[in-house]
Amino acid sequence: MFDQISLLLNDYTFQIVALGTGFLGLLSGVVGTYATLRKESLLGDALSHAALPGIGIGFILIQRKELSVLLLGALVSGLIATVIIQTMSKKTVVKLDSALSLILSSFFGLGLVILTSIQNNPNAQQAGLSNFIFGQASAMLLSDVQLIGVVGVVLLALVGLFWKEFKVFTFDPMFGQTLGFSGKIIESLMSTMIVVTIILGLESVGVILISALLIGPSVAARQWTDRLSIVIVLAAVVGFVSGVTGTFISSMGARIPTGPSIVVVVSSFVFFSLFFSPKRGIIAKHYAYKKRQKVFMKHIQSLEE
Amino acid sequence: MEHKKAIAINHLTVAYDAKPVLWDISCGFNEGHLTAIIGPNGAGKSTLIKSMLSFIQPITGTIDFTVSGEQKVPYKKVKNKIAYVPQNTTVDWDFPATVLDVVLMGRYGHLGWLKRPGKKDKDVAKQMLLKVGLPTFASRQISQLSGGQRQRVFLARALAQEADIYIMDEPLSGVDMKTERIIMKLLKRLVKKGKTVIVVHHDLQTVEEYFDNVVFINQEVIAQGPIQTAFTKENIDKTYHQDRNLGEGEG
Amino acid sequence: MSMIFEITLVAIVVAVACALPGVFLVLRGTTMVSDAITHTVLLGIVLAFFITQDLNSPLLMIGATLVGVATVWAIEALQQTKLLSNDAAIGIVFPLFFSLAIILITRFAGNVHLDEDAVLMGELAFSPFRRFLFLGMDLGPRALWTMLVILFINSLFILLFYKELKITTFDAGFAAALGFSPVLIHYGLMTIVSLTAVGAYDSVGSILVVGFMVGPPLAAYLLTNKLHVMIALTVLMAFINSIIGVQLAFYFDTTIAGMIAVVTGITTLVIFVVSPKKGLIKASVNRRKEQKKMDDRLKQISKV
Repeated sequence: MFDQISLLLNDYTFQIVALGTGFLGLLSGVVGTYATLRKESLLGDALSHAALPGIGIGFILIQRKELSVLLLGALVSGLIATVIIQTMSKKTVVKLDSALSLILSSFFGLGLVILTSIQNNPNAQQAGLSNFIFGQASAMLLSDVQLIGVVGVVLLALVGLFWKEFKVFTFDPMFGQTLGFSGKIIESLMSTMIVVTIILGLESVGVILISALLIGPSVAARQWTDRLSIVIVLAAVVGFVSGVTGTFISSMGARIPTGPSIVVVVSSFVFFSLFFSPKRGIIAKHYAYKKRQKVFMKHIQSLEE
Repeated sequence: MEHKKAIAINHLTVAYDAKPVLWDISCGFNEGHLTAIIGPNGAGKSTLIKSMLSFIQPITGTIDFTVSGEQKVPYKKVKNKIAYVPQNTTVDWDFPATVLDVVLMGRYGHLGWLKRPGKKDKDVAKQMLLKVGLPTFASRQISQLSGGQRQRVFLARALAQEADIYIMDEPLSGVDMKTERIIMKLLKRLVKKGKTVIVVHHDLQTVEEYFDNVVFINQEVIAQGPIQTAFTKENIDKTYHQDRNLGEGEG
Repeated sequence: MSMIFEITLVAIVVAVACALPGVFLVLRGTTMVSDAITHTVLLGIVLAFFITQDLNSPLLMIGATLVGVATVWAIEALQQTKLLSNDAAIGIVFPLFFSLAIILITRFAGNVHLDEDAVLMGELAFSPFRRFLFLGMDLGPRALWTMLVILFINSLFILLFYKELKITTFDAGFAAALGFSPVLIHYGLMTIVSLTAVGAYDSVGSILVVGFMVGPPLAAYLLTNKLHVMIALTVLMAFINSIIGVQLAFYFDTTIAGMIAVVTGITTLVIFVVSPKKGLIKASVNRRKEQKKMDDRLKQISKV
């Protein structure tokens, strides 16, 4: 067992892949904090499902598994889905969640239809396309990790640069507008960052579960601090650790897709935080409640006496 | 005597989805005065404020601002001279931010893009917290505040903008007596310094005590002017006991 | 019966059975919760399968349905802690349950037809091969019978609780005041949603079910304001979508469930655009009309 672990840790491929998923987790933690605070976490879920047909069409066009083209396809179909969802929920009586569910499943269905037809036309290159559904980090190449790295650094730089603008527009967009900042620019910048992060995660975490990596770290981090800066740093750490650990577990056991194993790790962080946070955690609150109840009862008794 | 108008609204008509909400509004807000906007629910009070702040594009009409050094210019040019206090129900109070963080946001407009708030901005923010009576709350998380305290934090944020015009949407609704007193004291002090304050107000009982001007609105301007002349029973009745059906056929 | 006819028949029954509870999901705006359920019943199916070792055992159906209901409970419990936002609670619970199910499937159940592909799209095309034999008689595809039973249960639920569903959907507070427990109706609805998701899993997999549940009712909702008309139109739409979907899937030689989901999306979007009552075109025409009326009025004012 230990031999196996040390062998894996020293394995060059594993190191590359773990670095990739770790950095992806870090990025999702940071960007996901904004998504969660803006109550856009379910939009992310619909968007990632909607990316699948784009991946299929991208493959059909070039007949190769060229990641950048596939992700571009994913981006386009994700954006189309977003436009349809927004039009449905804003222009007519259709509720947002109905629009989300409809678009999520019909785009995903289209993706499956396209992938199935690709599989029916023999092409040696198509192997591994279905990895996009549950994610397979081991399929990552060094160039993929570099892509995540470069785009990631750009996104983090944007967060640093527009820190104050992102903060005020996440908290109180109307007020931000009155300060003279362009809400259109800031909000589309934030949305684009969320979309890009989702797209980057498709290969390793998969279309179905990437949204969990976006939501989980920030929810866990929120329980330990009341400061946005610390929430973001903690979310980055939780995301990084989840990415690496999830990949590790997936590489240890045969045939475990990376997406689900990362989600299980993130979820453990979330539930641990929800229960054990010293200030707002469920257990802490329960004891605080009991204590207050006791004091109150004593008070009543002393009144009766 | 004609006062200088800080905000002059001319023939403003606003509609949501082609349903008129404000109809041919013409009114003014005197510089250095404390003006109440009064009207029943759905009368378009908030819409009027939002139009002034350019959240809503009107169908017709103009809104001109006159502040220190600028004469009759559109909102865009004087954004930083105008502070806005929204209704406090509109934000997520579990947001990871401290009281000082929120008040500091009032400084962002002066900083412009990319620049971070410095020590001077923090000092201003703390000073404003002192003014609203919450000097010890700076590092509290905002969800730990009571309704009245939240409203005072919003007011401190607006004060930190060091603006010439203050526009507030129901700052006194649902707050405790202490908060109400503090807010009104501060608003009166602002007016004394020559600032213009506009407040959407819902409590008819306190209008005479708190304000010096009033604008009655129910889709149209019903009446406006100094409290002494405009705040009459007749005008109140006209504003509140009327079924108005505007923009549909002959009124 | 020819194979394609049998498949079409199963598809129609599945589509109608899914769409019926969907009517109330759409009206209540809780379709994302049902999306969560359709994902998590998979965990129930896997766990129950380990115990029963039989994918068709009624015990498995009951177990998996309970997990679906437990999902709703877990989401609501998380929401009540107020430690995270409502949509984040949904987004935390179902990926976890779903992930656990996928890990269990890939690790342990590789030998039966529980595999990742089946999770995604089910196998409507295989439904004619799994027969329902009763006393040696061949009564048709088993999936047809399973879904007919579920369709019957769903119809019965809506028929019996029509008034209660209507009133709790329209105004939960008022319903509670009248003595109809909105919580009870809510959980009843969630139970049949779970049961339907479990039953439909075989044919359409766990991710596309939500499209079957939301699409037809949403289309119907755009066409009418009357609840009973909406239900009738929902059934009709489910009918049309599944017939076209099966035909197209055979023509393109691709996944049937996926194709029905695509057709559902397209028909619903078309109705969304052209619906004479609430469609996109109608809305913009209306807006223009009102605009013109107002412009005329404005002109009058400026003349005066």
